[in-house]
Amino acid sequence: MFPNKAPAALADIVRMTDVRFAWPGRGAFTMAIEDFRLRTGERVLLIGPSGSGKSTFLSLLCGIVSPQAGRIDVLGTDIGALSGPARDHFRAEHFGIIFQMFNLLPYGSVLDNVILPLAFADSRRRRAGAGQSAALLLLQRLGLGPEFAGRSSTKLSVGQQQRVAAARALIGSPELIVADEPTSALDRDRQMAFLDVLFTQVREAGATLIMVSHDQSLAPRFDRVVPLAEIAREMVA
Amino acid sequence: MIVLRLALQSLANRWLTALLTVLAIAVSVVLLLGVEKVRIGARQSFADTISGTDLIIGARSGSLQLLLYSVFRIGNATNNITWASYQDIGSSPDIAWTVPLSLGDSHRGFRVLGTTPDFFVRYKYRQTHGLQFGVGQAFSDLFDAVIGADVADALHYKVGQSIIVAHGAGAVSFVEHDDKPFRVVGILAKTGTPVDRTVFVSLEAIEAIHVDWQSGARIPGQSVSAEDARKMDLRPKAITAALIGLKSKLASFRVQRAINEYRQEPLSAILPGAALQELWGLVGTAETALSAVSAMVVVTALLGMVTMILTTLNERRREMAILRSVGARPRTILGLLTAEAVVLILAGACLGVVLLYAGLLVLQPFIDRAYGLHLAIDPPGGREVLLLGSVVLAGIVAGLLPAVRAYRLSLADGMTVRV
Repeated sequence: MFPNKAPAALADIVRMTDVRFAWPGRGAFTMAIEDFRLRTGERVLLIGPSGSGKSTFLSLLCGIVSPQAGRIDVLGTDIGALSGPARDHFRAEHFGIIFQMFNLLPYGSVLDNVILPLAFADSRRRRAGAGQSAALLLLQRLGLGPEFAGRSSTKLSVGQQQRVAAARALIGSPELIVADEPTSALDRDRQMAFLDVLFTQVREAGATLIMVSHDQSLAPRFDRVVPLAEIAREMVA
Repeated sequence: MIVLRLALQSLANRWLTALLTVLAIAVSVVLLLGVEKVRIGARQSFADTISGTDLIIGARSGSLQLLLYSVFRIGNATNNITWASYQDIGSSPDIAWTVPLSLGDSHRGFRVLGTTPDFFVRYKYRQTHGLQFGVGQAFSDLFDAVIGADVADALHYKVGQSIIVAHGAGAVSFVEHDDKPFRVVGILAKTGTPVDRTVFVSLEAIEAIHVDWQSGARIPGQSVSAEDARKMDLRPKAITAALIGLKSKLASFRVQRAINEYRQEPLSAILPGAALQELWGLVGTAETALSAVSAMVVVTALLGMVTMILTTLNERRREMAILRSVGARPRTILGLLTAEAVVLILAGACLGVVLLYAGLLVLQPFIDRAYGLHLAIDPPGGREVLLLGSVVLAGIVAGLLPAVRAYRLSLADGMTVRV
């Protein structure tokens, strides 16, 4: 179904080993990750209270920043060894990212927001084929009819905005979906409804999902729950 | 490309501030180019104050002084030319025509010029424009006067108005030739030259009002009535200056030297074009000041643009984080912000040029009539293109400032969206 997908034989889609990272110019704060693996097709919930370094962890995973030591292999590529532009391109090709809220460019239409990643990722654009119809199909599956496509993203409810963000993350079938507290701005019913459609689409795309949250109650829906404190140590040198 | 389209949409989303920024830039461009147009127009009008006259002669003095009192009616002559010398020079075979000028009196602040009706034929401005009578005609009677357009405007004079000439050139004079009033017979059309601010009478009239005067005061106990004056010999004994037309322009320097070396009397001859240029060199410093002011306005507008982009930067950190998350490089962010500045500055420059020419089209006839300043409506010249180019370039450089800041923010923020 997805012939261009990265080597299927690879069991671990993400593998972090002996990673050491410190934000430049932010004192002595460092993060250390001895060993973290994410298996292909897995749905993992990363639990941690706010301020526990979730953002730093995600920035490392997505290749926004590079570790000072250690390896971060994603799909068999050591992204820490890539140049900045190469990492940006790698992220565009293989990652779909959903933020906590305010995911959308306020001036763009729903459709523009969904097809935005295709401008940066050639293989995703090829996989998506006609970007617009792929986007409309995804929106439809996420419960947003074609009447939403032309709407300004600011006219949507928070729940609808998160679905548009999910469609953007999923378009062109990237291998890894990263969600940073995507449901924390939603009430309980909408949380469940959002997770339902997200899980279905992730499964259909054959993607791997890693979601970060402080909310323990979401745990039963995931294959694996990992407390951030177990894998990443914060140190004050 | 969708990213560029989104950048434009982002700008459209902030259309009010963007529009005001574009307007500010446009107005500054109008001012900058407008000042340039006025500068060129003023210089041209100035150089065109007198044309068709090959030489101006007067008593020995500096060329600027001679030009100032003979053409601009500013200051006074140090000495006169005797009528005999004037006649003698006028009879030289190189000379086609001469027009005598006699200065020294005034009417309510406007200089009175004694001359011959030839003046209205020989005096040219703006290359080939001759003097036109708005109303009436040249003087024919001894006590007829012709007035310039500004004189008529300022004093609300019409043809038939009786005026009294005052002795001396001051705005307020206590010694008046009130026994010999003049009658306005003609009003000249506006020229934008000192002619507009002049009262013209005949040379003989200047003689007539001074027959009973000596050394700038009335001779006590001696009074000649206007009617008696008509019967006297009114041939002038001296004049202040004269305009000279040559048969061939090639003779200009030869005749000039001959007059400068005239034996009977110390005289000076000047080439009006050269003297005008020399004078512009003096008053031209004002144009530098004008240009400097308009340059500052441009700087202000560009600062406004930078401020506008910088203030939106904080609320747009989310936008940049989203773009980064879908794979945009920091360099793309830099490009987007720079593109925004380029769009603003180009829109401002284009709007400015459009406004300038629209304004010129509307105001040109009015400015010509009101100030005698002819602003040419022609495509932007080399200097204007250069100015426009510098504005755009300065705008782009200024636009780099917020762009670089956005670049650094997007590097530092990573995926964390700080609000």
